[in-house]
Amino acid sequence: MHMLKIDNLHARVEGKEILKGLSLTVNPGEVHAIMGPNGAGKSTLGNVLSGREGYEVTEGTVSFGGQDLLALEPEERAAVGVFLAFQYPVEIPGVNNTYFLRAALNAQRKFRGEDELDSMRFLKLVREKLKIMQISDELLHRAVNEGFSGGEKKRNEIFQMAVLEPKLAILDETDSGLDIDALKQVAEGVNALRSPARSFLVVTHYQRLLDYIEPDFVHVLAGGRIVESGDKNLALKLEAEGYAWLADKHPHLRKADLAGEAA
Amino acid sequence: MNESENMTREVAAPVRDNAEVVEALNRRYEAGFVTDIESTSLPPGLNEDIVRQLSAIKGEPEWMTEWRLAAYRHWLTMPEPDWAKLDIGPIDYQSVSYYSAPKAGPKSLDEVDPKLLETYEKLGVPLHERAKLAGVAVDAVFDSVSVGTTFRKELAEAGVIFCSMSEAIREHGDLVRQYLGSVVPVGDNYFAALNSAVFSDGSFVFIPKGVRCPMELSTYFRINAMNTGQFERTLIVAEDDSHVSYLEGCTAPMRDENQLHAAVVELVALDRAQIKYSTVQNWYPGDENGVGGIYNFVTKRGDCRGVSSKISWTQVETGSAITWKYPSCVLRGDHSVGEFYSVALTHHRQQADTGTKMIHIGKGTKSKIVAKGISAGRSSNSYRGLVKIEKGADGARNYTQCDSLLIGKKCGAHTFPYMEVKNPGAIVEHEATTSKISDDQLFYCLSRGIGEEDAVSMIVDGFCKQVFRELPMEFAVEAKKLLEVSLEGAVG
Ligand SMILES: Nc1ncnc2c1ncn2[C@@H]1O[C@H](COP(=O)(O)OP(=O)(O)OP(=O)(O)O)[C@@H](O)[C@H]1O
Ligand SMILES: [Mg+2]
Repeated sequence: MHMLKIDNLHARVEGKEILKGLSLTVNPGEVHAIMGPNGAGKSTLGNVLSGREGYEVTEGTVSFGGQDLLALEPEERAAVGVFLAFQYPVEIPGVNNTYFLRAALNAQRKFRGEDELDSMRFLKLVREKLKIMQISDELLHRAVNEGFSGGEKKRNEIFQMAVLEPKLAILDETDSGLDIDALKQVAEGVNALRSPARSFLVVTHYQRLLDYIEPDFVHVLAGGRIVESGDKNLALKLEAEGYAWLADKHPHLRKADLAGEAA
Repeated sequence: MNESENMTREVAAPVRDNAEVVEALNRRYEAGFVTDIESTSLPPGLNEDIVRQLSAIKGEPEWMTEWRLAAYRHWLTMPEPDWAKLDIGPIDYQSVSYYSAPKAGPKSLDEVDPKLLETYEKLGVPLHERAKLAGVAVDAVFDSVSVGTTFRKELAEAGVIFCSMSEAIREHGDLVRQYLGSVVPVGDNYFAALNSAVFSDGSFVFIPKGVRCPMELSTYFRINAMNTGQFERTLIVAEDDSHVSYLEGCTAPMRDENQLHAAVVELVALDRAQIKYSTVQNWYPGDENGVGGIYNFVTKRGDCRGVSSKISWTQVETGSAITWKYPSCVLRGDHSVGEFYSVALTHHRQQADTGTKMIHIGKGTKSKIVAKGISAGRSSNSYRGLVKIEKGADGARNYTQCDSLLIGKKCGAHTFPYMEVKNPGAIVEHEATTSKISDDQLFYCLSRGIGEEDAVSMIVDGFCKQVFRELPMEFAVEAKKLLEVSLEGAVG
C-alpha cells in the first residue's frame, strides 16, 4: 500500500495557480528527492500537504495511508504522521523549546488516543533522541528558535522530527545554510530515522545532500508539476547541466518555468 | 449638633455585631435602611448623612468619620476626569448603594450558575475554592476558620499585623491614622476622593522593623475577603529592613452586580524595606457586545519613603469592561527602587488604559517598567506612563519597555510615554514594539500538532514571560490559565 498518493493536484495562493496538476506516489520506506528551480512550487507543495491556511486546493486528491489528507485540519495531519521541516523555521519568543516540543508530542498523542507523557518520560525520550540529533542543552532550554543560528534552526527541526516520529517527513531545504560538518550530522540524523515504515520527501537544490541521504527517486518539479523522475543519477545530471535541457523535452514548459521565479 | 453626628457618637465604641448597630440606627431612620434577615444596605445615593451612617455601621471612631466627610466634601468640588483614552458612559453616583453587607450566597454548589463553575473548572481552581469564589457560604464547605487561625498565629508570632481595614481602624487606630492617606491624599483624584469617603473595607498590613514576613500574604486567606465590595482600601506599611510579598485579587471571575470598582491601595516602604505587590485582576469584562462589566478605577501608589527601599508592582489585568489604573512609585528615599511589570489583556469591547508613574526624587533612584499589552477582538489597550525625574535626583535611571501584541485586525494598541526630566544627569531609556501573532508562528505550531487555541495561548504566554517570571509560582500558573480562558474565541 502506498504511503502518499497525490493525484492531479491543483493549488492556488493569493488567487495565483502554483500547482498545476501535480501527481506523485510515495511508498513506505522510500526517500524521494524533489528538485526544481526557485519559485517552482516546492515549498507550496509542503504547505499544501501540511494544510497551511491560504493555500487553496482547487482540484485533485491526496491520500495518506488511504485517508483523505485534504479533509484534515493542519494539527490533525501532524497527528496522523505528517511532519514538515521548515525552509525557514519560525521563532516563538518566550516559549521554551522543550516545553513546545512536549506540548506538540502530547497534543498528537492525545489525538491518537494515546496517553500523554509526563515530564519524566518525556525527558527520557529527549535524551534518547539526542543521540540521533545532537543539540546543546542550552538550545533545548532557549525559546523556540529564538536567536538560533541558521544551522541550529535546521538541526532543531530534525531533532523535533526525531521526537515526533512522523510517518512522512517533508524536509524543505534542510541542507541550505548548513556548513559541511552540520550537513553531515543532519544527514546522519535523517538516515538514523529511515525505516521501512517511514517515508521522506526531501526538497533540495543541491545534489551534495543526496550523497549523504541516498534517495530512491529524484523528481523535478517545474511549472507546478513533476516533469521528470529518475534515480539518483538524475540529480547528478541536474547538477551538471541545470534545468534548461528540460525545455526541449517538455515543450509546454515556458522558459521562465525553468529559469527560476516563475512569472 | 445634628442628629446624625449624635448618632455617630452613640455607636462609636467598637461594635462588631452589625445587626445590633443596624437595629439601633433603624429606630431613628425608619426609611434609612432596608433591613431583612440576610442583608443590610444603605439606600442608593450619596450625601453627608450616608457617609456618617456608613461610618456608624462600621463602628468607626470619630476621627475616621471626619476624615471621610472631609474627603466627601472635597470630592464634591472635583470634576469627573475624562482624559484617559476611554469611552465612558455617564456614571450616576446617586444610584449606587454605598453599603451592602454580605448577602447570604447560594447554600450549595447546586445553586450556583453552572456556567460559572465551568469557568472555574477550566481555570483549574480546586473544588473548595470554586465554592468559595462562587459565594457559597464558606464554612459549609471547608473549615476556613481553622485555616485562618493557624495563619494568624504564625503571623502574630512574627509581629505582623494582617487584618481587614475595618478591624485595623478599630484595633490599630493609631497606625492607620498615621499612614492612611499619606501616600494617596484624600483629594488626589476624583475616584480616590470618592473611595476615601465611602470605602467599605480592604486589607491592612503592618510589618515591623527587621521582620521578613514568613509567608506570602494573600486575600485568599483573609476571612471575608470576598465581601470587601467595590470601594476597597488597602494599606501596607513596611518598617525599616522588613520584607513582604502581597498577592491581591481573585484569579477567577467574580460575579459582581456592581458596576463601579474604585479601590485605593497605599504602600509605604521605610528604610531598606521591600514590598512586592502582585495582582491578578479578572472582574467581569462584560459580554462580546460590551454590555455589562465592571468599571475598574483604581489608585495604587507606593511610597519608597526610606533609603534603599524597594517597591515592585506586578499586575495581570484581564477583566473589567474599563480599566483605569496606574500603579505608581514615589522614589523619595535615596537609592530607592521602583518596578512595574504588567500584562494587560483586552478582548471583545474591553477598554484598558493602564501604566505607571515613576517619580524620582531621591538620589541614585532606579526604576524599571515592563508593560505588555495584548489586544484582541474590537478592544482598545493603552499604555500610559510617566517617568518624572526631579531636579535633585542625581544619578537617577529609568528603563522602560512597552510591547504590544495584536490578535486580529479590529483591535487597537496605543502607547503614551510621558517623560519629564529635570536633572540633566539622569538616564532614561525607552523601548517599544508592536507585533502581531504572525501566521507563520501559528502555522508552525499547528504543523507540530498543537491546536489553534493552544497555539495562541502558548504564543501569548511566551510574550508575557518577562512579567510572569515576577509572579509567585502558583500565581503565574493561574495567570497563564486566565489568559487562555480570556482569549477563547480570539482567533479563527
Ligand atoms: N503566501 C504566498 N503569497 C503569495 N505568493 C506565494 C505565496 N507562497 C508562494 N507564493 C508564490 O508561489 C510560487 C512558488 O513558491 P514556492 O515557495 O513554493 O517556491 P519554491 O519552489 O519553494 O522556491 P525556492 O526554491 O526558492 O524555495 C512563487 O512564485 C511564490 O512567489
Ligand atoms: Mg521553497
